[in-house]
Amino acid sequence: MNNFKVLVNGIIKENPTFVLLLGMCPTLGTTSSALNGMSMGLATMCVLIVSNFLIALIKKLIPDAVRIPAYIVVIASLVTVLQMLIKAYAPEIDKSLGLFIPLIVVNCIILGRAESFAAKNGPIASIFDGIGIGLGFTLGLTALGAVRELLGTGAIFGVNLWGEEYGMLMFVLAPGAFLALGYLIVLFNKYVKKA
Amino acid sequence: MDYVLSLILIIITAIFVNNVVLAQFLGICPFLGVSKKVDTASGMGMAVTAVLVVATIVTYLIQVYVLNAFGLEYLQTIAFILVIAALVQMIEIILKKTMPALYQALGVFLPLITTNCCILGVAILVIQKDYDLLEGIIYALSTGLGFLLAMVLFAGLREQLDLVNVPKSFEGVPIAFVTASLLAMAFMGFSGVDGGLKILFGL
Repeated sequence: MNNFKVLVNGIIKENPTFVLLLGMCPTLGTTSSALNGMSMGLATMCVLIVSNFLIALIKKLIPDAVRIPAYIVVIASLVTVLQMLIKAYAPEIDKSLGLFIPLIVVNCIILGRAESFAAKNGPIASIFDGIGIGLGFTLGLTALGAVRELLGTGAIFGVNLWGEEYGMLMFVLAPGAFLALGYLIVLFNKYVKKA
Repeated sequence: MDYVLSLILIIITAIFVNNVVLAQFLGICPFLGVSKKVDTASGMGMAVTAVLVVATIVTYLIQVYVLNAFGLEYLQTIAFILVIAALVQMIEIILKKTMPALYQALGVFLPLITTNCCILGVAILVIQKDYDLLEGIIYALSTGLGFLLAMVLFAGLREQLDLVNVPKSFEGVPIAFVTASLLAMAFMGFSGVDGGLKILFGL
């Protein structure tokens, strides 16, 4: 599989949000607006690319029996670094994502890709897999965030389209997250996956 | 007296108002993955509740006596996830030796719990909310009960879903999400109850 195919594979065929259904907690919890969804997706993508690369590099040094704890340590250190960077340079993102930044550690996408891709492929291919899956996740979260923000407040990325008075608040709150994601998966299955 | 009332408030808030799955979106993976039958769902819920309480006690003690004591607060994420992973393994081994019947019932769910984000989430929240140890334990226990309640209700709904004709594109996961949305909407009926109780209790 060449690198370009690996990249597209992550966006469409193995899209983590709509097809693999991994990492559902941040997907539902941080997508109250398009911007929040996108920042969560990008944060996860950063960790995923670096963790894929590092794990592909060190996989031969790790005994098989302790590989999962070893992967978790690598991922947790990266998340800690990211958490500090976000706190220092983008405090408003830290405020809106809150608890979900440290919870990137237990995002099944990252451990899943480490186990199913980085442990079997070289470092360069693993970077591309990280970019592909990361982009797929970011696109999924941004789409979900955009839909919820538009229906909930009548704006996209903070740009007002038809005014807040026509918004359905439910879509910003918890039930709207489940509902919007359910319908997006239906649309994705019907139109994108088939093509 | 005020302390007891504040504990009751924590219990009601964690189970109904801020339900861990339906309002805070923690632990969605097992919520969707093991909710096809009521008995497996309740088994998972009980296993999570037990691990939550033990994990919260251990991580709280580590935060106070190791991380805070030596100024290592920035290691919180790494320390907590390793402790939780080790703890789940240990609980599994102990249960296998001492209570084989319970192990039989919960065994399959235990390894899955390490990656359940509600364990790490609650451990971090207890520290963030500045709870003392007893409040932390009560919070963890009632969060677990809230998880159990959501799991059992959702599994009951999904068992009924098997009996109806679902449009083809909605089969499987999408209809589960729509159902979860309706359940979350029902739980929104509790919102504001915590504020009312706070006034009622005079806190």
